[in-house]
Amino acid sequence: MHEFNQPLITAWQLVAGADARLADIVFLSLRVSLSATLIACVAGMPMGALLAVGRFPGRRVLIVLFNGLMGLPPVVVGLLVYLLLSRAGPLGRFGLLFSPSAMIIAQAILVTPIVAALTRQVIADAWSEYREQLRSLGAGRTRAAATLLWDGRFSLTTAALAGFGRAIAEVGAVMIVGGNIDGVTRVMTTTIALETSKGDLPLALALGFILIALVLAINALAYALRGWAQRKWG
Amino acid sequence: MGAWLAIDHLGLTEGGTNIIDDVSLTLAAQRTVILGPNGAGKSTLLRLIHGLLHPGSGRMHWPGVLTQAMVFQRPVMLRTTALANVIYGLKLKGHTAAESEQRARQALARVGLEQLAQRPARLLSGGEQQRVALARAWALEPQLLILDEPTASLDPASSREVERIITDIAAGARILMTTHNLGQARRLAEEIVFIDRGRVVEQTPVGQFFCLPQTGAAQRFLKEEIP
Repeated sequence: MHEFNQPLITAWQLVAGADARLADIVFLSLRVSLSATLIACVAGMPMGALLAVGRFPGRRVLIVLFNGLMGLPPVVVGLLVYLLLSRAGPLGRFGLLFSPSAMIIAQAILVTPIVAALTRQVIADAWSEYREQLRSLGAGRTRAAATLLWDGRFSLTTAALAGFGRAIAEVGAVMIVGGNIDGVTRVMTTTIALETSKGDLPLALALGFILIALVLAINALAYALRGWAQRKWG
Repeated sequence: MGAWLAIDHLGLTEGGTNIIDDVSLTLAAQRTVILGPNGAGKSTLLRLIHGLLHPGSGRMHWPGVLTQAMVFQRPVMLRTTALANVIYGLKLKGHTAAESEQRARQALARVGLEQLAQRPARLLSGGEQQRVALARAWALEPQLLILDEPTASLDPASSREVERIITDIAAGARILMTTHNLGQARRLAEEIVFIDRGRVVEQTPVGQFFCLPQTGAAQRFLKEEIP
């Protein structure tokens, strides 16, 4: 029992003492995953809305593709971005590999299909309700997509959140393109993986607690926001 | 007054069923009410005229192009204020922000909702939402207002209020509507178009329709609707 308790106690001390190394790792994780989610929302939400209301050749194929890409394996995304950014790759001259930017790119690619597919679902439901009214008022499809994105802004927090949850929790992509360099590209998940394999459990556990708490807190926040929006706007 | 719409052998088929079956109709009255049993094709006909659906056959001839607006059975409100919902329609028609707001406020006042302008539209009662929808349509100053059972899901008091507003709008626009409320049809219509199973059965002035319906189908319909 002692062997199990000791790491827990040390972990708690790290969290409670706001350990500097721990804080750096947590902030880098947040910076990378929030940036990736932001990019994914900016790219994926309009895509999802246009897939929901648009009529263009290849639409069905794209819908199936995005739904399928929701389950994209992070290590594969990591590998592809690695190939793109490596010295010999097409984007190698930017020297982004093993930097937080590379991690943001990889996670954005991973998360965009999730945001787009969930947005498409939300907007498609709204479209079936609003379609005739919006067309009657003279809204074209692009305008209708923009209107529905705005109208569904609170429901869409769920899509953003699912994307963020995926980004913050994945390890494969950031490990490959970030390289898990101490103080530079080490994030919560890669640290947990490394420290666990080294047998240094307290830091891994402390990060695990923070990761869980963070995900729960953000979900609670989103839940509260949706409840507030429901009461405020119906 | 001359005809404002001539419908010529209009047809719409869906899944092997003729929803609109060879409809030819000339509309000239200021206020026309389409009556008919459930599933007769009333709503479909309105949507064809409004351009929301495309006919499978036949054509529509508009002697003069009329600007249109439509009010649906269930009002669709955006998640914003009542005022912004009315402004939205005006902006889509290309009005400036200042002009839109002014016209939207006037329209809300005309439906008696100026004091609710800043309230979230979706939290208004069903009757109030329908009045916002009427204001949204009215603000566009359409020459033809199409209404698809605008009072079907409302309580009697709200229905009367909506009816009053429709009467007011009718002073400056042609009205084409469907309803299940025969009293309402009698009060609002100049002319009744009775349709059954996608076909126009009868088109008569309102007084005649309720006293002396010309066809057996209309007689049966009136007998069932007025016990």
